[in-house]
Amino acid sequence: MNKYINNKISGALSETYRFFAFHWEVLRRLFRPPYYGKTIWEQMDRIGVDSLSIVILVAFFTGFVLAFQIGYAMMRFGAKIYVGGIVAVSLVRELGPVLISMVFAGRVGAGITAELGAMQVSEQIDAMRALATDPLRKLVLTRIVASTLMLPVLVVIGDLIGILGGMLVGVMNLGLTASFYKSSVINSLVFNDLFSGLIKPLVFGAMISGVACYYGLNTKGGTKGVGEAVTRTVVVSSVLIFLLDAVITKLLFLLGI
Amino acid sequence: MIELIDIHKSFEGKQVLKGVSLALHDGETIVILGRSGCGKSVMLKIILRLLKQDQGTILIDSQDTTNYREEQMMPVRKRMGMLFQGAALFDSFNVGENVAYALREHTSFSEDRIRSKVAECLEFVELSGTEQLMPSELSGGMKKRVALARAMALDPVYMFYDEPTTGLDPLTSRKINQLIRKLQTERKVSSIVVTHEIANAFQVADRFVVIKDGEILLTGSASEIKGSQLKFVQDFIKGGVISDGRQ
Ligand SMILES: Nc1ncnc2c1ncn2[C@@H]1O[C@H](COP(=O)(O)OP(=O)(O)OP(=O)(O)O)[C@@H](O)[C@H]1O
Ligand SMILES: [Mg+2]
Repeated sequence: MNKYINNKISGALSETYRFFAFHWEVLRRLFRPPYYGKTIWEQMDRIGVDSLSIVILVAFFTGFVLAFQIGYAMMRFGAKIYVGGIVAVSLVRELGPVLISMVFAGRVGAGITAELGAMQVSEQIDAMRALATDPLRKLVLTRIVASTLMLPVLVVIGDLIGILGGMLVGVMNLGLTASFYKSSVINSLVFNDLFSGLIKPLVFGAMISGVACYYGLNTKGGTKGVGEAVTRTVVVSSVLIFLLDAVITKLLFLLGI
Repeated sequence: MIELIDIHKSFEGKQVLKGVSLALHDGETIVILGRSGCGKSVMLKIILRLLKQDQGTILIDSQDTTNYREEQMMPVRKRMGMLFQGAALFDSFNVGENVAYALREHTSFSEDRIRSKVAECLEFVELSGTEQLMPSELSGGMKKRVALARAMALDPVYMFYDEPTTGLDPLTSRKINQLIRKLQTERKVSSIVVTHEIANAFQVADRFVVIKDGEILLTGSASEIKGSQLKFVQDFIKGGVISDGRQ
């Protein structure tokens, strides 16, 4: 039993070590060309376009439900005029980054792992290396850069759509006018909210794609291995989203942001 | 010249190579024979450093690549072509893009020049005009030949063929054997060919290496192999039931 626990711990430690060693290798490549700008661009296009419809859907209903719940709770205190502001701040600071990153992990992260995993088990990664090209540069770095840039864009779009969804409720159910809702939103959001709302997806985008590439390239055991790697990517990046969210929130709070 | 000196490799405690030493001389074609799972593919991958040996030295044109990092291997790999056992074509690229891959990455050729080089490589493997097909549209034999065209696009001085003819019909097999010969005579390519098919082996080999239980059992010319008294070798040549040496 003791031995079993020891094995588990040393396994987890060496896995963690490999995870960071992998990212160190990738990071080193950030400072020296070639950069495959065209591939980064293609990836941004693909990642963005792929996720846009689901991001819009999730964001819209989140804003919609949020405004509903807050609206009816606030009505009891006669404070429904604050709905716009509360919806906006909670979306921008917290719900937008976290929910859209979760969607991103399930959509883009899983996709990256499946793609790289399939390439790994069919020896295409080996073939790239044999042809004197570097998969860490050509596949990994390009995807991490593209995801890190695209997730904040998606989150901004999602925030806007969510706020719009909230407005719909405000106008239809709570008896607010659109312009009132709008000014409530604008008056409540401060720079710190926007900063916090953008730094999170930046970090999550890098983390999700990093996790996805790591599990993709470490896929073993054929098609079944690809499935397992995808599951691992989604689980690990979802947990890390919540973990990092707490860490960043606390950190920003300490910095007074 | 490539030299492998006392190469050891194991996976999760299972020893695959137990001290293999081997030299590939310039312009020579060696055929490696051995049972399925004896570590032939692993050996080729170790030469290209796609896998790292646990122990032992590799000299490539007298450069010791044993402790090379990935970046340092790149110029070495540019001079090598590898035909993977499963072809390993990039399945998101079409045939033309697969063959052009190394040219696009490592040369500053114009698009026209790349196109004509790709056409030339495809003609070499008798697949002219297939540039637009996707790998999923190809038969197994066509995949092998596209992979061969891809491997030779940069005019490598070393070629490694991992079962180039397995699963192909006799006519296509013969074409591939002729190709291997042609690369050797016309371009002075040095090659290692891994195969199970003894008839094909005799068509291309200058020298044979027989691997058994992770060690080199025998090396020699065609006549030495044919004349070998070892039961394992005789069984292999006869193509009958291959002895596992346990009886
Ligand atoms: N990446 C790997 N991880 C773990 N084990 C491996 C790996 N690659 C190969 N092996 C093991 O090493 C042994 C040798 O494999 P290899 O592919 O070299 O065989 P082979 O001689 O090429 O066989 P075949 O003729 O069937 O292709 C096998 O037992 C295989 O299970
Ligand atoms: Mg093999």
